[in-house]
Amino acid sequence: MRAIGLLLWKDVVVELRAKELVYATIFFGAVVILVFCFAFLGGPKPTVDVAAGVLWVAITLAGTVGISRAFEREREGDTMRALLLAPVPRSALYLSKLSAISLLMVIVETVALLLVSLLFGIPIGGILPSLVALLFLGTIGFAAVAALFGASLGRARSRDVLLPLLVYPIVVPVLIAGTRGTVALLVGAEPAVASFWLKFLLVFDAVFVSLGVWVFEPLVAGDA
Amino acid sequence: MKLRPYFLVCVALAAVGLLVAPQLILNAPREATMGFVYKIFFYHVPSAMTTFLAAFVCAGGSAAFLFGKSEAGDRVAVSAAELTVLFGLLTLVTGPLWARKAWGVWWQWDVRLTTTVLLWFIFIAYLFARKYGGPGARRLCAGLALFGAADVPLIYFSVSIWRTIHPKATVISNIAKSRNGMGIPLLISWITFTALFLALLEMRMALERARARVDELHLEAEDALDQ
Repeated sequence: MRAIGLLLWKDVVVELRAKELVYATIFFGAVVILVFCFAFLGGPKPTVDVAAGVLWVAITLAGTVGISRAFEREREGDTMRALLLAPVPRSALYLSKLSAISLLMVIVETVALLLVSLLFGIPIGGILPSLVALLFLGTIGFAAVAALFGASLGRARSRDVLLPLLVYPIVVPVLIAGTRGTVALLVGAEPAVASFWLKFLLVFDAVFVSLGVWVFEPLVAGDA
Repeated sequence: MKLRPYFLVCVALAAVGLLVAPQLILNAPREATMGFVYKIFFYHVPSAMTTFLAAFVCAGGSAAFLFGKSEAGDRVAVSAAELTVLFGLLTLVTGPLWARKAWGVWWQWDVRLTTTVLLWFIFIAYLFARKYGGPGARRLCAGLALFGAADVPLIYFSVSIWRTIHPKATVISNIAKSRNGMGIPLLISWITFTALFLALLEMRMALERARARVDELHLEAEDALDQ
């Protein structure tokens, strides 16, 4: 637990000094949302499905960009090797990467949520707690998959293309649950619908975080 | 290339099946509502079953490779992954052909279609990563196969809540159970496809074995030259 905290703190400090990742990812997310605005806004007002979809797609795209950049930085300094040599359990390494990615994505999501709500004219005040829970659980699920493949793609040649290729098909359930849950909240459907998707995300997270902890060790072991 | 004995058995089974099945399928009774088009089921259903069989064989091999450091497991996995893509393609081509006649559209975001197409994409990604993934590609792919296999039930479940119009599995089991002569051709088609899968798998694995042997010989030859 202490090891996870320390490793996470390391990532936070590195980022605080460079501030490159957070800004780049936030602006990337904002640009994606803007592009969607030009595509969807202008004619009749789009349905809430569109806004929910834009939010989740922007988060997914920005997340991938952030993650590839984060692991690129590890590779440039060859710090991944140092981390693998450090006397900490490999699972702590995986969980700290997972938390660092989630933290980055939570920051991006805050901005993306505000932007979507503003530009698509959607009031989110009343449903904020459920929406935050949905986003949080979705982020953990996404990060559980992305952290594993991001770390093990370390030295692959075409890693920038491969990462989304590997991650997107697997996180489709997260996207479905996220967008459907968000739409249910936005149109004010029965609370049971949104809470169903919340539970579904919880199951997804449990499955993939435990699978990730289990697989991470043999997956990266040979790279050290 | 040394092939294991069961290869011949599977080839023989598949060959007989491919000769006999078309006759049986032709003679199978017409289905009441769908008429002649339903006969693509005899091709489509076994391909789909083989796709999922291949995917889980791949996941099994990957687990053996990742946790047991079994080279044979890796050979099984890569061979099965290629066959997943192949049989998946057959499924994804024959499905829309039928859907166009039965539903009037080529594609629907139905649970089984979506699950199959996502599984197919995961295994396309597997082959990509395997080819371009660099030094750690074999372990990376093994991880991907495991994640993919774990993902199938979740995809299935989430999409089934999202939407579904596919004929229920009961349609298939009704066909299988019915005494009106549709069950036997389906069974024969299924056996044929499974035998074909096993034969192709063994052929592909023999290729991998030969490749590993060539690498070994190369290393030995280099060592001999160094001395």
